[in-house]
Amino acid sequence: MEDLVVRAEGLRKRFGTTQALDGVDLAMRRGTVLGVLGPNGAGKTTAVRVLATLLKPDEGRATVAGIDVLKHPQEVRRKVGLTGQYASVDEDLTGVQNLVLIGKLLDLSRKDARRRADELLEWFDLTDAAQRPAKTYSGGMRRRLDLAASLVGRPEVIFLDEPTTGLDPAKREDMWGVVRTQVARGASVLLTTQYLEEADALADEIVVVDHGKVIAHDTPDGLKRRVGGQTLRVRPSDPERLPEVLHVLEAVAAPGTTAAKDEAAGSRPGSASVPVTGDAALADVVIELRGRNLEVTELALHLPSLDEVFHTLTGKKKAEELV
Amino acid sequence: MTAIAKHSAALAHRSLIKTLRTPEALIDVTIQPVIFLLLFTYLFGGAIAGGDRHAYLQFLLPGMLAQSLAMGGVALGQNLNADIEKGVFDRFRSLPISRSAPLVGAVLADVIRYLTVCVVMLAFGTIMGFRIETGAVPALAAVALSIGFGLCFCWISVWVGMLARTSGAVQGIMFLLVLPLTFGSNVFVETDTLPGWLQAFVHVNPMTPLVETIRGLLVGGPVAGHLLVTLLWMAGLLVVFVPLALRAYARRA
Repeated sequence: MEDLVVRAEGLRKRFGTTQALDGVDLAMRRGTVLGVLGPNGAGKTTAVRVLATLLKPDEGRATVAGIDVLKHPQEVRRKVGLTGQYASVDEDLTGVQNLVLIGKLLDLSRKDARRRADELLEWFDLTDAAQRPAKTYSGGMRRRLDLAASLVGRPEVIFLDEPTTGLDPAKREDMWGVVRTQVARGASVLLTTQYLEEADALADEIVVVDHGKVIAHDTPDGLKRRVGGQTLRVRPSDPERLPEVLHVLEAVAAPGTTAAKDEAAGSRPGSASVPVTGDAALADVVIELRGRNLEVTELALHLPSLDEVFHTLTGKKKAEELV
Repeated sequence: MTAIAKHSAALAHRSLIKTLRTPEALIDVTIQPVIFLLLFTYLFGGAIAGGDRHAYLQFLLPGMLAQSLAMGGVALGQNLNADIEKGVFDRFRSLPISRSAPLVGAVLADVIRYLTVCVVMLAFGTIMGFRIETGAVPALAAVALSIGFGLCFCWISVWVGMLARTSGAVQGIMFLLVLPLTFGSNVFVETDTLPGWLQAFVHVNPMTPLVETIRGLLVGGPVAGHLLVTLLWMAGLLVVFVPLALRAYARRA
């Protein structure tokens, strides 16, 4: 039998007239990262709160680290670390006070709590700010402190609810590094995100949720195959040379697809895109452009946007596009 | 120490750090009661006590001590409400600690505020001419009883803090309760000067036996009977409002 560290079956939760969870099944293998992908209001946060024992579902059952979250919530709490969407650090406490408090609440001795706090602060590059109240921290520092707080007890399972929302790209990469380190130490990570890129970078498997339902559960590669994979976009410095760019892109098009000018509503004109199957296409295109002495202002591989993922998976356009 | 005591102590320490880091949050237990004391002694004292301000201060101060303690609990509910809104309590909920520890810890830390009220009022009162007419032991007993009452009374504020949507609403609701209780009592004037219906209210008001007891302990007078009634009220407050507060906390997701 598979070693599932998180298993949820038929979770339902209603808030007033909103059906936040409408029969959610989840399965996460031990030592892996499960990405829960979905737009705002899809039910991601509700699902995490149920698994982290903060919320009781109306129906369904779930186990975390093999323990029933409804029957033995206290035991589950010993095994999990949670970092919420809003950094829940205590603003009036310093970084070290925040972490020592968590350590004491996890029954560490004062000395051990302090040692663990120092260790985490150093690891999260917060040693210089350790003695400052958290209210003086930047957004990124707060996120790091919040994440550090969830790791004080060396949890077996870590829940990260949109850990990088609102962070700049460099900070996002840092956060990804932290997730990878935790997995390397043997932890299992369930993370929610609105970014396909993030799920692709971190997750072993991706669950796509929408309106409280799981609409896909696949590996990143499997998901990309289903939603059309990556797109290569090129924007020449000289708009006159766009037809030439189209010609170059045509040569690397994925089977059954063609290169096209970007004319979708909202996109800036003057660029062309082509669906590609692998990263090799990027190198081919760069060499070809160089050979033709074609200068570009933009050259990038794009994953499909979340909208496109949903479009493909549900077969319908999002409401705002229909209007 | 059992787990809940240890966790509550750690969380009380957290609240203490917060209190000490924001001294302006102590205004309601320092400057405010002093202003009230000055106001009532010098503005109304002459009219109320027929010109004998010293006699009025001896009468007023024990009562105002009780009033300040009841008012001092209001901030606790507001702070807890704000903490929950900010998500700090989500962290506590995700830890393997007793559900009641965050509330118990916050209440315990309020001891420092109630002690502050007692010290400030007695010290400033002394400067104004107030004299303890009993002795050190009864005076210490008065302080201990005051703090004890504050710790029981503040559970109402904790409960309201769990129910109200904003911390501003907590203050509004609590003052709606605290003002009639403290002014509709024997704090400011002798009960027999009041109209009959108000006397009836004063007699069932829990502030009344508390004020009588503190008065007895500080300036002399019968204590035992009032003390018993006060202790019963304190037990009653705990029995009713601790479970209500804990239940409201558990429901507030």
